Amino acid sequence: MDDGYRRIWLDGLWSNNQALVALLGLCPLLAVSNTLINGLGLGLATTLVLTLSNVSVSLIRNWVRPEIRLPVFVLIIASFVTTVELVMNAYFHGLYKVLGIFIPLIVTNCAIIGRAEAFASRNPIPRALHDGLAIGIGFTLALVVLGGGRELIGQGTLFDGAHLMFGEVARDWRWSVGEAYPGLLIAILPPGAFIGLGLMIALKNIIDKRLTGAKPVPTDQPEQAVPTSA
Amino acid sequence: MEFATGSSPHKIGPQNVTRVMGMVLLALVPGTLAMWWYFGWGVLINLMIAVTAAVVAEAAVMSLRGRDARPVLLDLSAVVTAWLLALALPPLLPWWQTVLGSMFAIVVVKQLFGGIGYNPFNPAMAGYVLLLVSFPVTMTRWLPPDVVSGQALSLADSLHIIFSGTPPLGQTWDTLSSATPLDQMRSELSENRMISEIRQSPLWGDFGGRGWEWIGNWFLLGGLFLLWRRVINWRIPASMLGSLLLVSGLFWAIDPETHPFPAFHLFSGAAILGAFFIATDPVSASTTPKGQLIYGALIGLFVFIIRTWGGYPDAVAFSVLLLNMAAPTIDYYTQPRVFGQRKHDDA
Repeated sequence: MDDGYRRIWLDGLWSNNQALVALLGLCPLLAVSNTLINGLGLGLATTLVLTLSNVSVSLIRNWVRPEIRLPVFVLIIASFVTTVELVMNAYFHGLYKVLGIFIPLIVTNCAIIGRAEAFASRNPIPRALHDGLAIGIGFTLALVVLGGGRELIGQGTLFDGAHLMFGEVARDWRWSVGEAYPGLLIAILPPGAFIGLGLMIALKNIIDKRLTGAKPVPTDQPEQAVPTSA
Repeated sequence: MEFATGSSPHKIGPQNVTRVMGMVLLALVPGTLAMWWYFGWGVLINLMIAVTAAVVAEAAVMSLRGRDARPVLLDLSAVVTAWLLALALPPLLPWWQTVLGSMFAIVVVKQLFGGIGYNPFNPAMAGYVLLLVSFPVTMTRWLPPDVVSGQALSLADSLHIIFSGTPPLGQTWDTLSSATPLDQMRSELSENRMISEIRQSPLWGDFGGRGWEWIGNWFLLGGLFLLWRRVINWRIPASMLGSLLLVSGLFWAIDPETHPFPAFHLFSGAAILGAFFIATDPVSASTTPKGQLIYGALIGLFVFIIRTWGGYPDAVAFSVLLLNMAAPTIDYYTQPRVFGQRKHDDA
């Protein structure tokens, strides 16, 4: 694999991760990441749409006039989303019902049109394919980590509802820290998504800083600020 | 001959954070003692747990950030946060929930945003809301004041309940706990009972619930002390309580049988504590004079709205957090005119 593809994968999975760096696609990311399986399901659906749309956009990139490129991209993405929605309805009906409105809403995921515009419309098909997979998997990983963390803290389980995705054999995959765990409900509720994502971004920044070897310089904090009477 | 030339300010007032926070703590004492009088040792135990957790959390974060923890701990702001949080908690809350709320308030709401002076939200109320949303069962398990129940839990019993999470032998949660006046009023009103009928019950005093109403008075005393010492100014408490009175008075005038009278709203729940101690937080509240009036008035309005039509019996914490979010916008639109500047100068 030559260096260009390495770069694509590195960008998609880490240094330009759409969820943690570009902060695109936050609507599904925050709304659906309440369990690991939900996150995984939506992440894979998004990856599928992203890859297909990247390839198609790259395929027609020399024929679409720039003036009308956005409507064309939207149409392509919408077609794939519809396909994915119908497929999920047919084969993963339980998961389809859990994810609900967020499957059709993949069409509004700005990460997808962002990649079509910024990458696929300017690169040949193989590179667009790799980019779609890399970005999609990076997004899926973020969803899985956030979903798993929220599920673990919020209800003390992991892989809850795995049978919705992997069939009846997966029913035993559900792992629980114990029935006595009271569950920190807020982690499953919307505020938990925001706090969790914030912590994940902070963690990524710390790791990046460690990797580049730069030590964080404490900024000078002013001496005790004096609140005059309120 | 040279004169020392420093930059302004040339005259430094006697106020500093430690002194302000110390005064707030002093002002909280009468209300806290009143709560201890009516609800027993749980109040003080919660206080100890919350303060300890907050101080430990603050020290831990400061050392993680590589800073000197001493000045930050000595400014007492963490103690005030924990104290306010503890007053909002039910007296027999399991200890680890108190610890969790206190640590969340300090670590996430205060220190992650940059420490004292940088937090957009009131840490104590954010910690309270975290607990209320996460543990609806234990967080609504209030005790009746001992003038109503006629029994007081001993110190040993309170400690046992808080640290084991189970009621003492021969008692159940149902015999120990009871609905707060706001909760009681709310659930009975939802059963279409008249207020004159509801108030027949011995639970009720002159204004709010028996016992409960007096706690408000003691916090009011502390609040007046703060006003007198100029730690807070009158705008936020006056506009908050004023708008609460006005709106509840309006509805009461329309139908006194389905809307509790204004004094009930004032002396129930956290209205007075909130008006003087929580909404006036100098960091997260609005800072312009006109803005503070709007800020307080909207808190009062939201308290009434959420109490009357919302999902929770009391609303001070939610209203304060909502208005914390709005405070920067309020400040932006109410900037006082700089002397000499023309009125509609958009420069």
